[in-house]
Amino acid sequence: MIQRTENIIIRTICRILIPAIQLFGLYVIAHGHGSPGGGFQGGCILAASFILMVIALGLEETKRRFTEKLNNIFSSLGVFVYAWTGWMCLLLGANFLDYSVLSAILPADPIKARYLGMFSIEVGVGITVMAVMVSLFIDLVTGGKHGEGL
Amino acid sequence: MIWQLDIILLLLVVICAAAAITVKNLFSATVLFGAFSFLMCMLWTEMGAVDVAFTEAAVGAGVSTAFFIAAIYQTSRRSKD
Repeated sequence: MIQRTENIIIRTICRILIPAIQLFGLYVIAHGHGSPGGGFQGGCILAASFILMVIALGLEETKRRFTEKLNNIFSSLGVFVYAWTGWMCLLLGANFLDYSVLSAILPADPIKARYLGMFSIEVGVGITVMAVMVSLFIDLVTGGKHGEGL
Repeated sequence: MIWQLDIILLLLVVICAAAAITVKNLFSATVLFGAFSFLMCMLWTEMGAVDVAFTEAAVGAGVSTAFFIAAIYQTSRRSKD
């Protein structure tokens, strides 16, 4: 398992850097439909912040802040958000992911509903990519034995 | 597009790719692969595909390098040279 480092420089830099990385990841997810970026890239940036947390603070402390159960919930919650955005369009009588019919249930006109539909897709993709990348890294770094390897 | 910059970037990409598959040390190969990813990212930015370049910078140079290093932790040397 990766032990926590006692180096004061690494710990301080990570404490400053991790919230900035997470804020940038959320920015990339939230502005994905209008500018370069999107759910996948933002999710990868968020996952990179958690990987930095594992490297700097150690696996134990990271697991205490971001538990495996929460990780599993996140990785399925994103798929849930994506799928239900699509299925709501199906239930309202249009094609899968045809967002403009969502204006029937959202307080918005069809153009604004299309915008909100794209936004919820990006959020779902971002949550799933973040959780799966973090769990992949923890699996790789401990050799599948969470907490005993390395 | 500036063709001089294009030539330099393509030359560096080819050098990094060839070095990454010929070098013996796995860690050196990983770092060279990260450099290759970053140069590809710059090449894509230069060609105007900013979204692809963003993906390459986040996944290729960032997360996958960390994954490769985590995988190298699980390996051991066969010979002690």
